[in-house]
Amino acid sequence: MQLTRRQTRVVTRICWVLSLSLVAVPFVFPFLWMISSGFKSATEIFGQPSLIPNVWRWNNFLEVFDYQPFARQYFNSIYIACAVTGITLILSSLAGYALARMRFAGAGLLMLFLISALMVPEEVTIVPNFFLMRWLGVMDTHVPLILLPVFGPHGVMATFLMRQYFVALPKELEEAGKMDGLSRLGIWWKVALPMSRPALAAVAIITFLFSWNLFLEPLVFLSSLENFTLPLALSNFTDPYGAPLWHLQLAATSLAVVPILVVYLIAQRQIIESFAMSGVKG
Amino acid sequence: MVALNDTEATARRNSVPWLTLRRREAIEGWLFVSPTLIGFLIFFLGPLIAVVFYSLSEWNLLSQRATYVGLDNYADALTANRDFWHVIRNSIFFAAGLVPLNMALALALAIALCRPGPGVVFFRTVFFAPVVTSAVAWAIVWRFLLQGEAGAVNQLLAHVGIDGPNWLREPNWAMVAVIVTRVIKMVGLNMILYIAALQAIPRDYEQAARLEGASGWQIFRMVTWPLLAPTTLIIMVITTIGSFKVFDHIYLMTGGGPENGTLVLAYYIYEQAFEFFDIGYASALAMIMFVIVLALTIVQLLLRQKGSA
Repeated sequence: MQLTRRQTRVVTRICWVLSLSLVAVPFVFPFLWMISSGFKSATEIFGQPSLIPNVWRWNNFLEVFDYQPFARQYFNSIYIACAVTGITLILSSLAGYALARMRFAGAGLLMLFLISALMVPEEVTIVPNFFLMRWLGVMDTHVPLILLPVFGPHGVMATFLMRQYFVALPKELEEAGKMDGLSRLGIWWKVALPMSRPALAAVAIITFLFSWNLFLEPLVFLSSLENFTLPLALSNFTDPYGAPLWHLQLAATSLAVVPILVVYLIAQRQIIESFAMSGVKG
Repeated sequence: MVALNDTEATARRNSVPWLTLRRREAIEGWLFVSPTLIGFLIFFLGPLIAVVFYSLSEWNLLSQRATYVGLDNYADALTANRDFWHVIRNSIFFAAGLVPLNMALALALAIALCRPGPGVVFFRTVFFAPVVTSAVAWAIVWRFLLQGEAGAVNQLLAHVGIDGPNWLREPNWAMVAVIVTRVIKMVGLNMILYIAALQAIPRDYEQAARLEGASGWQIFRMVTWPLLAPTTLIIMVITTIGSFKVFDHIYLMTGGGPENGTLVLAYYIYEQAFEFFDIGYASALAMIMFVIVLALTIVQLLLRQKGSA
């Protein structure tokens, strides 16, 4: 039996969808399982597993807030991520603009210097930073969680991303700004920044997620529950012997993950592009 | 342009004699970069230098103060029986499992999803979703799914007649589980980089090869794969470096266990520094990690130069 060209195409297409769907299972399944288990009782969670709970226990999502100051921890994560994002945007675009547009002695050396920092893991500098923060008296505060991401390898990466974008922008508008008597700062703010929205958006997205998902730094610097950020709080839903309280832990994890996932589904193109921009140059 | 600058510079020199346009630009340039630079010096370069000194001293719970001991900490790591080689072995095993698996899957997905069509955006979105999810959440859920008998993965396997192992309680299986779940978490990123590279290849090449009668596999082998080589090299180095940095994922899934079976370098540093407070030894480990990552970065830069030349 000879297949027509059209039939071959249909068969290829079906194989394509089927194999991709199969591969997609371990990517999607954890999310579904996480949400459904968040609705189960502690006993049902260890019974015969099914994706749909026998009894929907909305109560889990309330208990999460009783078990530890989860609302407060949620707020901590949001405001820290916003602070880190805001500061990173300003500092990286300032420095990135100077590195792209202004000629000053040592700029080349500075670039090289910063490049060298791009790949160094936080684990390498975390010990001295621990003593530095203790000396500054900011242990168990959010100061380290804002300062270290802003000035660590991630901040350097943001600076480079901004620089690459500024380099590729046409200079004419900035020249015009100069003619109009704008200062350098004015040109940066009123001319260069408005033209670089895509780069700013990319930096904002990856920085927010970077801060939101940070774990090592909170683990090292925070000790009291009401100062915890979400990732640290999630790891803390355990009984006194350290065994996880699965129904609460998964309910809390759902509460932390689902809003990000919803934003991701709405803006997936923009978000994926942001990662591509930072990845290609990182 | 030059002439304009000169006249401007002359104009400026009249008001403040030493402030030439060039000097002014230099001062402004340094002012623009100074917030980043100062923070970077204090919170990154300073600590990096401090680690060198820490690593040369004995500084732990017993000796409350740091005393200079030369290279003792390094000798400890390299010769004494302190899990170091076990940890290095684990880290290499982790990288050797993760990098090829991640890249092969990323490339396969990228090839399947590089041309626009119905369903493409959907699948891209699915495969990238774990990248934006926190490693902590991802590890918690997988730890839940991979429990011994009650875990959903083993229940699923039981349906097809496979008696799954107690994934996170047996050292070798724990390593496999950590590698595979990490690949699923991060493969979307490399997929995107490969898609970008594939889309940059002009379609004429493929059409020309097809006209000459090349099969799909031949086109890939002779045309696509060589053209992807620079991207492949960069992705390989980035992924390898990334594999040495993995901490949160392992901390939450296995805690380095069982029997230190998933104790990798990043975790070992954390454990020595913040659980055992052996600051000197932990700093020596951090320096070793720094050297490994630096070496990989230099390899990457060299490859990149070769690629662009």
